[in-house]
Amino acid sequence: MSEVSYNTIVDTVARLCMEANYFLGADIENALKGALKKEESETGKDIINQLLKNAEIARNEKIPICQDCGFAVVFLELGSEVCVKWNIFDAINAGVKKGYTEGYLRKSILSDPIKGKNTEDNTPAIIHTNIVPGDKIKITVAPKGGGSENMSAVKMMTPADGIEGVKKFVIERVIQASSNPCPPIVVGVGIGGTFEYVAFLAKKALLRDIGERNPDPFYADVERELLEKINKTGVGPMGLGGRTTALDVFIEVYPRHIASFPAAVNINCHAARHKTAII
Amino acid sequence: MAEPIKIKTPLTEEDVLKLKIGDSVLITGKICTARDAAHKRLYDLAIQGKALPIDLKGQIVYYAGPAPAKPGYVIGPAGPTTAGRCDVYTPILLSLGLKGMIGKGVRSKDVRDAMQKYKAVYFAATGGAAALISKNIKSVKVVAYEDLGPEAIRELEVENLPVIVANDAYGGDLYEEGMKKYRRE
Repeated sequence: MSEVSYNTIVDTVARLCMEANYFLGADIENALKGALKKEESETGKDIINQLLKNAEIARNEKIPICQDCGFAVVFLELGSEVCVKWNIFDAINAGVKKGYTEGYLRKSILSDPIKGKNTEDNTPAIIHTNIVPGDKIKITVAPKGGGSENMSAVKMMTPADGIEGVKKFVIERVIQASSNPCPPIVVGVGIGGTFEYVAFLAKKALLRDIGERNPDPFYADVERELLEKINKTGVGPMGLGGRTTALDVFIEVYPRHIASFPAAVNINCHAARHKTAII
Repeated sequence: MAEPIKIKTPLTEEDVLKLKIGDSVLITGKICTARDAAHKRLYDLAIQGKALPIDLKGQIVYYAGPAPAKPGYVIGPAGPTTAGRCDVYTPILLSLGLKGMIGKGVRSKDVRDAMQKYKAVYFAATGGAAALISKNIKSVKVVAYEDLGPEAIRELEVENLPVIVANDAYGGDLYEEGMKKYRRE
C-alpha cells in the first residue's frame, strides 16, 4: 500500500493549473501550423498566426494564454492500492487556490449562481473521480473557459435518430455556436449513458490529443466525417470565415437504455487546455 | 493583405464612416473595459437618465476581464470576451455616443440596427490571443466599479491594438459574409 502526502497533491495540482494555462499543448500547436498551410482566408491565416505568436509569448513569459483561466475541472484517478488518510478533495482545492494565486491566473468563480460573489481563489474545483487498479494517482487539470462551455449542449434523442441524428446535432450546434467558442474548436461528443453521464462523456472526450482516434473503427470514421463536414461549414477562425473551424472531433460512447438515446456536445476553444501528472 | 488602418480615440462619426467590414485596424489611445456586470450597472443608470461614471462620447468599449498582472507587468493577458452577452445593454449606450466596441462573436439585430442609426463600429479582437494583445496595452487604471474585480471598468491606454472590423455602420457583417464565402457542400 503506497502513501501520498497532502502537500504532494497540493503542489502537483498547483503546478498543473499553471502549466495548463501557460503552455499550449504540442499537439494543438502542430495542428494550428498544419491548418495555416490549408487555410484559404487571409483573415483566417492572420488569426492563426496570432494564436501561434500568443502561445510563444505565454510559454516564454509564463503568463496565461487566455484571460479566461477557466473553471478548474479535475479528473482524479485513484489507484485502489493508494492510502489517503485525509480529504483528497480538500487537497485538490488547496492546490487550485495555490496555482491560481501564485500563477497570477484569473479568478472567475462566483460562490452562488444567483446571489454569489467572486470566491477570489477560483475554487471550488469540479472533481471527477474514478477508482482504478494500481498504486498510482493520476491527476488531470483541464481548465474550462466560459465561452466554449456556453456553446455546449445535451440532447435526449430517440433511438430512431441514430448516428445520423448525432451527426446532424453536432454540426448544427457548431454552426449555431459560430464565433462564440473561439474557433478553431475541438469538439467532444458523448453518445449513450444517461442525461448527466453523456455530458461527462463529451467532456472526457476532450482530454484526447489531436489525431487520437476512437479505438472502434466505426466511431473513428464518424469522427473523421464530422471533422470534414465541420470544416466545410465556412465558420473559420474566430467565426470570421475560413476553412479551419475545428482541429478535431472526439467521440466517447457508453451503453444506453433501450428507450433512450442521449447525445452531448462539449465544445473546447483552440487552447484545449489540459495537463496531467502521475504520482 | 492591405495595410492596416490606424485610428486614434476618441472616435468621430467621420472615423466610423471610413471603416468597412474586413478592414484591418490598429487602435491607439484610451479605451474602457466593461463586460456583463458593469454593463448592467451602466444600463440601469442610462434608462433612468442618470449620469454614468464614464463619458461615452466617442468612446470605445472593450468587452474584457483581464487576468491579474504579474509583478513588472502593466496588465495580465486581456483578450476579448463574447460581446453578445452585452447586446441587450448596448443600443441605449450607442444612443449616448458610444462609437466603438471591441469583442468577439456576432451581435444581435437590435445592436446592428442601432450601429447603423447612431454610426458606430464593432471590432473583432482574437479570442485567446490574450497575452499577445496585452503587449499593446501601455497603462491601466480602474475608473469605476472596483468591487467587480476582473469585471471593473478599466481605462486602458493602447498602442496599435490589432483588430478587424466585424460590423460597420452600413449594416455589413463579416461573420455572415465570411461563412458564406468559405462554405462548401
